[in-house]
Amino acid sequence: MTDQVVVKNPQAQRRKKNLILGFNIFLFLLPALFLFISILIAPIVVSVYRSFQDWNGMSAGKWCEPNIFQNYIDMFTNSVTMNFVVALKNSLILAFFSVFVQLPLSLGLALVLGRKPKGERFFLTVFFMPVLISTVVIGQLWLKIYNPDYGLLNSFLKLINLDTWTHIWVSDPKTALGSIIVPTIWQYVGYHMLLMYAGVKGVSPDLREAAMLDGATPGQVDRYVVIPIIKPIIRVSVIFAVTGSLKAYDLVFILTGGGPQKLTEVPSTLLQQQLFLANKYGMGSAISVMLIILCFAFALLITAVFREKDN
Amino acid sequence: MNDKKIKAADFDTTYVPKKSNPVVKVIIMILLIIWAGINIFPIYFMFTFSLKSNEEIFGLNVAGLPRDWIWSNYSRAMGTGNMGLYFLNSIIVTGASILISLIAAMMATYAITRIKWRGNKLTNAFFMLGLTIPIQASIVPVYVVLSRLHWLNKYSTLIIPYSAFALAMAILICTGFMVEIPFDLDEAARIDGCGLWRTFFRIIIPLMKPAYATIGIYSFLQCWNEFMFANVFISDSKHRTMPVGIQQLSGSYTTDWGPIGAALVIATFPTLLIYVFLSRRIQESFIAGAVKG
Repeated sequence: MTDQVVVKNPQAQRRKKNLILGFNIFLFLLPALFLFISILIAPIVVSVYRSFQDWNGMSAGKWCEPNIFQNYIDMFTNSVTMNFVVALKNSLILAFFSVFVQLPLSLGLALVLGRKPKGERFFLTVFFMPVLISTVVIGQLWLKIYNPDYGLLNSFLKLINLDTWTHIWVSDPKTALGSIIVPTIWQYVGYHMLLMYAGVKGVSPDLREAAMLDGATPGQVDRYVVIPIIKPIIRVSVIFAVTGSLKAYDLVFILTGGGPQKLTEVPSTLLQQQLFLANKYGMGSAISVMLIILCFAFALLITAVFREKDN
Repeated sequence: MNDKKIKAADFDTTYVPKKSNPVVKVIIMILLIIWAGINIFPIYFMFTFSLKSNEEIFGLNVAGLPRDWIWSNYSRAMGTGNMGLYFLNSIIVTGASILISLIAAMMATYAITRIKWRGNKLTNAFFMLGLTIPIQASIVPVYVVLSRLHWLNKYSTLIIPYSAFALAMAILICTGFMVEIPFDLDEAARIDGCGLWRTFFRIIIPLMKPAYATIGIYSFLQCWNEFMFANVFISDSKHRTMPVGIQQLSGSYTTDWGPIGAALVIATFPTLLIYVFLSRRIQESFIAGAVKG
């Protein structure tokens, strides 16, 4: 009898202890879980559910007819009220310029700063500055630069006698998209530069020296030693640049509002219109689900491309 | 080891490392200066036109320093433009979001990194999902729920989502700092009779001080500059934050650029001020956020 008590007690005690531990862990996680599930996880689940519905946000909402995927089909075909294809094309153009103009520029700056030129800290600090400024401020600032009558850009063009080059930048169909792309690229060059610079700084000086001793020029050191080492960071930058372009909203909303003639819409501006101008919450949900899918798909695709290159 | 040194010395005589070309160096320096100019100029332009009259901005003196320093642009932005109120709102919303996300992240990270239990890796991976989920993903359902609960147009309408979106990054950065604290300290505390909570409050919270700045900076920038949620969820002017306020102001002052410039400066100077003093810290927090993610 006494033996049993001795054996049983520790077990019960341990169970009780585990229960208390479990409860404490739960308490520690509770605030984070509450925020995370209520604002991120649950809404996504609801979005997926609503994306199959024709729903105005008020009524109960009914399943899409005739096909349950009608919202998704409309997204790619119905071009009268909303042109998702154009919006997607625009964000992909933005992604293209980000990857092939912005990132090379960032990489170049990072490599050059990695060679310890005079004023390295100063340049690093200045180049990163635009990242910290609100996109609304950047957008308003560029509106003033683009202003057709008094803007800096047109004034400058007139000054150097290139009057024919002046444009009503943000409302001319030919230049509207470009006038969004330029500030977007400008703002985030510094961000990618900083990430890559951190990578460049992480390359061991011995490795550099060894390559230099073997007779490599600084350019060759960058090309054959530094870039292969910072490849994982470049991958992260490419993912950020592409998913960031898909999510673009602020600068488009402020600079062109999607105009002229809806030529510069992006998925997020369409999302907003579907919600507040058209009360099409089902369609709005479908657009946000589409955005999540695209972001994850591109992230996976880019990772796969980088892995392929390694092999 | 000695042999190697001798060998390296031998090689030195045969392979002389190439000196970088001075012409190339000069060209690089010029390019760096040009790019620095492109980065500084818009900010300089903003500061100067915030102090100019329309006559100067529109022709007399487009890019130079203001001739008459018109400080009344600022009082107009603060007064009729309501920038003072929006500034205060931004501080309230941003401050509360930083505080909430920091507390939640500290507690969650403690449970994930310093308590041994099954599933802590899985929980961590679950939170890290938040790094890739776009803010647009939740806007529709959150908007509908908030409007049904009549919860739009309050500070908490923005504070709760901002805290949630800052959380993943805060946990990521917290984890980096918390695993650096020696686990012996926890053991010692336990031997001294401290429970989990006492250990958390007495040991972890004081030792995590360096992490607060890094996390705070990151969350600050995210919340201070956020536009989409603020634009969609807040329609009354009493709770508007700076970014939306500026957008509104520029709509009503289309022909008067001075006050708009002033508003832009008011929104930007806290960030730039912090940056001047903490540039290295800020850069580190961005690197910590991206490289580990």
